[in-house]
Amino acid sequence: MTDTPSLFPKYAGGLGAGPQSRPFIARHPSVLIFIACLALFTLCVTILSEGFGIGVVSTSFVKTLGKTLCLCMVALAMDLVWGYCGILSLGHMAFFGIGGYAIGMWLMYARTEIIVVQSLAAAPLPPTAGEISQGIATQIFGVVGASEFPPIWAFAHSLPLQLAAIVIVPGLLALVFGWLAFRSRVTGVYLSILTQAMTLALSLYLFQNDSGLRGNNGLSGLQNLPGLGDVPQSTVSIWFLWASALALGLAYLLCAWIVSGKFGSVIRAIRDDEARVRFLGYSVEAYKLTIFTLTAVIAGIAGALYYPQAGIINPAEIAPIASIYLAVWVAIGGRGRLYGAVIGAAFVSLVSTWFTGGQAPDINLGFYTISWVDWWTVLLGFSFVVVTLFAPKGIGGLIDLVPSPNRHGADLGPDAGSLRESEADR
Amino acid sequence: MSPSAHLGRVHMQRLLAFFLCLMLALPAAAQDADAPIQQVMQTHADLIAKASRRTIQTAIDALTASGLPAAQEVMERWQDKEMWQDETTGLFVFVEEIDRDTIRIFDISDGTDLGEVPDDSYKQLKPNSGVRGLIAAGLVKFQLFDDSPAIRRLALDAIARDPEQGHLAALRDVIADEPSPALAAIMTRLERLLTIEFGDDEAEKIAAIAHFDGDLGVDARAALNPLVTTRIEVGEAVPEGPEVLRTLRPGDEALPKTQAYQLLVDADLAPPLIPASEVREALIRNIDGSTVAGVQVASLNTDRARNAAFATLVAEGLAEPAATEEEIDTALAAYQFFEVFIGAPPTVALAAKDVLSGIETKLALNQTADLALDAISLASIYFLAAIGLAITFGVMGVINMAHGEFIMMGAYTGYVVQLFVPDHTLSILLAIPLAFMVTFAAGVAMERLVIRWLYHRPLETLLATFGVSIALQQLAKNIFGTQARPLTAPGWLDGSMVINDVVSISYIRIAIFILALIFLALFLIVMNRTRLGLEVRAVTQNPRMAASMGINPDRINMLTFGFGSGIAGIAGVAIGLYAKVTSEMGSDYIVQSFMTVVVGGVGNIWGTLLGAAMVGSMQKGIEFLNPSNTLAAQTYMILFIILFIQFRPRGIIALKGRAAEA
Repeated sequence: MTDTPSLFPKYAGGLGAGPQSRPFIARHPSVLIFIACLALFTLCVTILSEGFGIGVVSTSFVKTLGKTLCLCMVALAMDLVWGYCGILSLGHMAFFGIGGYAIGMWLMYARTEIIVVQSLAAAPLPPTAGEISQGIATQIFGVVGASEFPPIWAFAHSLPLQLAAIVIVPGLLALVFGWLAFRSRVTGVYLSILTQAMTLALSLYLFQNDSGLRGNNGLSGLQNLPGLGDVPQSTVSIWFLWASALALGLAYLLCAWIVSGKFGSVIRAIRDDEARVRFLGYSVEAYKLTIFTLTAVIAGIAGALYYPQAGIINPAEIAPIASIYLAVWVAIGGRGRLYGAVIGAAFVSLVSTWFTGGQAPDINLGFYTISWVDWWTVLLGFSFVVVTLFAPKGIGGLIDLVPSPNRHGADLGPDAGSLRESEADR
Repeated sequence: MSPSAHLGRVHMQRLLAFFLCLMLALPAAAQDADAPIQQVMQTHADLIAKASRRTIQTAIDALTASGLPAAQEVMERWQDKEMWQDETTGLFVFVEEIDRDTIRIFDISDGTDLGEVPDDSYKQLKPNSGVRGLIAAGLVKFQLFDDSPAIRRLALDAIARDPEQGHLAALRDVIADEPSPALAAIMTRLERLLTIEFGDDEAEKIAAIAHFDGDLGVDARAALNPLVTTRIEVGEAVPEGPEVLRTLRPGDEALPKTQAYQLLVDADLAPPLIPASEVREALIRNIDGSTVAGVQVASLNTDRARNAAFATLVAEGLAEPAATEEEIDTALAAYQFFEVFIGAPPTVALAAKDVLSGIETKLALNQTADLALDAISLASIYFLAAIGLAITFGVMGVINMAHGEFIMMGAYTGYVVQLFVPDHTLSILLAIPLAFMVTFAAGVAMERLVIRWLYHRPLETLLATFGVSIALQQLAKNIFGTQARPLTAPGWLDGSMVINDVVSISYIRIAIFILALIFLALFLIVMNRTRLGLEVRAVTQNPRMAASMGINPDRINMLTFGFGSGIAGIAGVAIGLYAKVTSEMGSDYIVQSFMTVVVGGVGNIWGTLLGAAMVGSMQKGIEFLNPSNTLAAQTYMILFIILFIQFRPRGIIALKGRAAEA
């Protein structure tokens, strides 16, 4: 590292101290637009909700919207690692799932603890800590035929420690995996397959009953917040919507800040020509590892917000196909631009919910009735092919069609460097 | 019909029946009371009439020893509850029941029909299941002397299933006269096994045990294992004698302290331990208002507080004290623990132990061989799944995530062919070229429509083919449903090649192995010996140069991709024979297939072969170490591969030089 430039030379003097003296927001108006849209959306949903407003939007739909925000957040991470850095990771849904498991362990432990303490209160002797722990373990692990806490649950009683685990576990896993992979120069499709293998290994591991995380039963009842049993779900759903929107907004700011500076230029350069960046003296592996780990952490946080709204997590959620769908969202939304990822995730996941939920009207062709529950996936698959072939910029590319007065030079959106000829010709 | 006429008719019937009975009673008396078989039966008439498992053996022995030709049928009928006894004369007859009240009787010596009689004076013999077992054992002896080898074989099977003391002598009698060498071998083996179980003296048993040295049969181990059963006993001193296998110290691995103490308790040598729950129960028993032994109940929420309160209770004499660790140790130290043979006399047990340990060694070797066979067969399945990929990914560098769906397409083609062609051999022979054609066409279509536009953008190829994969999978689900469809192998592939009791391999796996070899040869011939192969290699190395030499790269790419996809289709038929055909079968293999190609080294078929061998043997090896958990095996295998790629990022066989650049 001594010969290579520091990772963040530009930010040594603080944000905006570089040659461009205009403020960050002024240079990137799209960030402001995005934050404003998000705030407006959250406000509207709150006003229309059952918990805090006039009750037009049902609680279950509020939850769907909240979950969609979390999916947007993980799509943002995917866009950063794939659209900007060129690493097609098929493992980010695994980090998302790990985040969910981390928070789920605490939720399940704390809620079961309340139930166990209540049931033991009737006993003639006050329960000891050991008896309570025994009771909780029997409740939680009865389904997999165990009654002992596995070592992995050692910190489940503590909310701060599990919150730390949401960040630390995916981060550490990404760090170790990325270090191994980048160190041996595994790139391109090989890296994709390797990350997919990692995801598969993790989900197969979690499917076992003796993995300590209840096998294919997963963790359930996560929508009930411990100690807040009397707060109705309509209120809780709005809280989570706010939290998800806040997290998404912060993640967007962070990502926009990262890609706007010199760091962002370097990772885009890595995407476009890794060897050239290495020969220029940058430590390519360190940049990739930083991005890979950072996005894993973002994915973990998104997962921790998603699963309390979904209520249940099981290993099927981590299966490789989930990460593939993540790539689909980002590609359809338009990779290489942050709002593209958000639009893609929101659009595809909401449309998927609409189609697979049975709300879409079936099409009667006379000889055959197209039922969207069955045919939506086919349509999605083929439209994905079409998008990849004919619209590599995705939905986000539509924004470029809008004429804008101050379009000149390099100021084309937040990421001017996406999908240039240099990449297309490689 | 008027009621009175009906009544009259009933009267007539009754009258007729009465006369008939009178007439029929006459021939019944005419049965042959002096026939030798009837004599034998009469000797033991009481035993037979009131048969019980403990006493009936004498009668059965008498019957089998009589050597009379009728004895076998008598025993069979008796066993089937078709033998009745005339209560007036005490003679036995065979009976066929006509209706509730009427029976047709037959003489037991020659089966003469003695006519129909009312069943009033006859009593059915109903041997219970224990007695029927003994009769069956007796019958086996007759069957051993039967002329038909098939019946002798059945008799031997019956003995092996449920051996009895009596069989031993019978077996020894017939071995010498057995004409068929195969049956004689089985008889000898059975005789040895029975000798181990029922032999008269120890020398005889030990000789029989020695006979099974190195024998892998399950039956041999089943006969030997009970002999070496041991039990841990306790006493003041270790008795001298050969039956003591070893002495144990409490706290050893074989004898944890709690178990040792329990032995003492069982032998009434020590007081039972007070269980941990007793502390709690004693406290609950002694709750007085809101205090126990002067301590507030509410404060008893730690083990320490509870123990302190319990100690107070003990001091006040309100509870039994628990044994302390030292007391337990003292009690244990006062006695000796030793393991004794209980299954057999010590000399026999030691001989059996020797032979068993020899068998174990041989067993381990054979299990390794069996495991190796399993690994080879799994490796050939992975190889089959991966070989198409070795062409499209390895040679062309196109990453095709829909490869698994081509495998699935091939398997469904086989299934559809079987719907129309019921003959399994013919249908499989038809399915293989058809599957090739279907997937070849699909591959060419995909290359023309999708992949052609993305040759220089591998990540986007990966994504687009993912899209195709998702769509095809759902399409298959919509057409064929979610349940698994059968693809039945021809009858001649049923069953398995049994080498011994441990090592066996099913013919279908052998067929898959051979198919994998054929594919390897096909690949090598096409790539190295044909014009197409030459052109393919030229186009992959340098498309522009190849084009300037008059090769059409577009056409070659299309054909190569079609060829790789077609092979995936044939692999699908083979895999479908071995596993069920579902819409998800492709995705079950896709990650492993890519692993196989990547581990082996991209662009080299021998690498793919080595990769498949490694992945297959790896998975079987891990499964063997942890047999209950195939999920864990897959997890660890994938982790291993991830690590392996760290050390050989380009696979086992890495291409060097110019070929690696392409």
